Amino acid sequence: MIQRRRWVRWLLVLAVLHGIVACAGFFAPYDPAEQDRERPYAPPMRIHWIDTKGNFNFRPFSYEQQLRAGSFDQFEERTDQIIPMIFMPEGARYHLFGLLPSHTHFFGGKTSRIYLLGSDAYGRDQLSRILYGGQISILAGLLGAGLTLAIGMLIGATAGYYGGWRDGLLMRVAELFVALPWLYLLFALRAFLPLSVSPLQAFFLIIVVIGAVGWARPARLVRGVVLSAKERDYVRAARGFGAADGYLLRRHILPETANVILTQAAILVPQFVLAEMTLSFLGLGVPEPVPSWGSLLASLQQYSVLVSYWWMYLPALAVVPFFLGYLGLASALQDNVGTGKIERTTSEGRW
Amino acid sequence: MRYFLRRLTQAAFLLVGVSILTFLFSTLAPGNYFDEMRLNPQISPETAAALRAQYQLDRPLQVRYARWVNSLAHGELGFSFANNSPVAPLLWVRARNTLLLTLTATLISWALALTLGIWSAATLGRLPDRALSWATAALLVIPDLVLALGLLILAVRSGWFPAGGMSSVGIESFSPVQKFRDVAWHMALPVSALVLSAFPILVRHVRGAVAEVLEAPFLRAAASYGIRRRTLLYKYALRAAANPLISLFGFSVGALLSGSLLVEAVMSWPGLGPLLLEAILARDLYVVIGGVLCSTVFLVAGNFLADTLMYWADPRIRTGAPAK
Repeated sequence: MIQRRRWVRWLLVLAVLHGIVACAGFFAPYDPAEQDRERPYAPPMRIHWIDTKGNFNFRPFSYEQQLRAGSFDQFEERTDQIIPMIFMPEGARYHLFGLLPSHTHFFGGKTSRIYLLGSDAYGRDQLSRILYGGQISILAGLLGAGLTLAIGMLIGATAGYYGGWRDGLLMRVAELFVALPWLYLLFALRAFLPLSVSPLQAFFLIIVVIGAVGWARPARLVRGVVLSAKERDYVRAARGFGAADGYLLRRHILPETANVILTQAAILVPQFVLAEMTLSFLGLGVPEPVPSWGSLLASLQQYSVLVSYWWMYLPALAVVPFFLGYLGLASALQDNVGTGKIERTTSEGRW
Repeated sequence: MRYFLRRLTQAAFLLVGVSILTFLFSTLAPGNYFDEMRLNPQISPETAAALRAQYQLDRPLQVRYARWVNSLAHGELGFSFANNSPVAPLLWVRARNTLLLTLTATLISWALALTLGIWSAATLGRLPDRALSWATAALLVIPDLVLALGLLILAVRSGWFPAGGMSSVGIESFSPVQKFRDVAWHMALPVSALVLSAFPILVRHVRGAVAEVLEAPFLRAAASYGIRRRTLLYKYALRAAANPLISLFGFSVGALLSGSLLVEAVMSWPGLGPLLLEAILARDLYVVIGGVLCSTVFLVAGNFLADTLMYWADPRIRTGAPAK
């Protein structure tokens, strides 16, 4: 029971994290593509409660930033210009979950934009871009994992249930896929697909590429479960009563693979989020102006950004809680299953 | 001997399979290197078509594959359109650098994993073990990309390490000792990124394997005979726990290769990673195929090494008895 609770706790943590990213439109103060050419690479603004006279304000505020005299990228606070922070303001239009039109945001600046996590080269709000970027990266990870698991389940079930030459052929191909270093495989697949495409096409392309790379391991695991499940007495009995293959698989055999599939999902999603980030970081993923965690980090490839603007590294830190959540979930699930000795090595993350 | 022969044939089949697979993928590719020329108004469509014909890209798949195998036999691995030279020499220089990085990282992470893992297993449940568990868990949740970028920022801001590349300007005039120190200085950052992302998983496996063996009656008996702890751990326990760890070694080579692809691209180490990336962006088909194949060769070599170690460590394989 204790283990069961641990499992649920991690799931709750993940639900909260995903909820925040799913409601990016609400929590992000601005539109991720809205530019402010006056303030490129503005550093994160400080939130104050006490003003220069030492008075305490209930409403938090920031100071307007301006370029330091004689500098082109160093900002300083103007203590004479206060930007009060307001909550639930009306701002840029967005669609919550892609459906509900809305223009209420969690917070914003009353007189001017507040850059809580700084701005990028075009003066776009970094916090908004991180939140919207998370939608792309995480959705790619989730859909990619879904695709991989579907392929893996199909192939694993076919190989395990029908056996014979199908089993031999499919498992040889699976060995091939497991043997290759997966990042090289990912690159090779991406290499042979069109380079310049629209963001939406690129997004689906990436999901397909990521999904096509990782199917081998879940397929082998599913095959193992199916092999033992199809010999169980109740399955044999059902077959004796004349149940068809499709019914047997659907009703009796595939439900047994649920544990394996769930554990694999918890392992694969963060791995695939990282895969999307890697591709986008290297310019092979979702192109500008659509933000993703990977493409947000791409500006760090410029030496000047690396040296001067530390807040451009913040998208990288946004990933860490997600990884923590999924890792925790995966290990809790595995303890729960207990019989996860089959290819236990996969549990620990990256291979 | 039959054991090795079987392993070698398996490896050969794997390589053939991978090469066919990459060729199959390449037919999926809409467009090739010469299609990009269409954007250039100075090159007429006829010229592009002629070039395509010259490099036989208009021929069917099996013909291209046969030609590629032929060029492999001549040690060329096809032709790089972007660099206007055979692929093999391009690949060789880069592969050497990748190998240098990956081998060093493999050695260091295994050395760390073995010492720390055994220490952790010996102090199971006590402070060193718990501290190490926390440390590895913390490292596990930090993805490679984040880790590599973080280290890079650290290096650039502190100025302790160079921000990229493999050697300083003017390395040709250095003495051998200076050269070695210069390359080692440039390697420090990428190697630590690789080690930090690989060794936590290894430590966990070493800890698990050794802890399981330490429970065994023969080790308790050995301990009660008064055999020194160090001998007990490093000689008896490690030997008995070796099997799963050796097969893990094969896997770790693959993981480190993947990791080094990323780290090389982030820290601009002149290895296979940046070459592959350029080739992808230029649609330089044969370089991509060569790069993937090269990484497979490394992987196969790593696995072969693991098999050899296994042969040496497990007498059951030598006598041909069925292993567990």
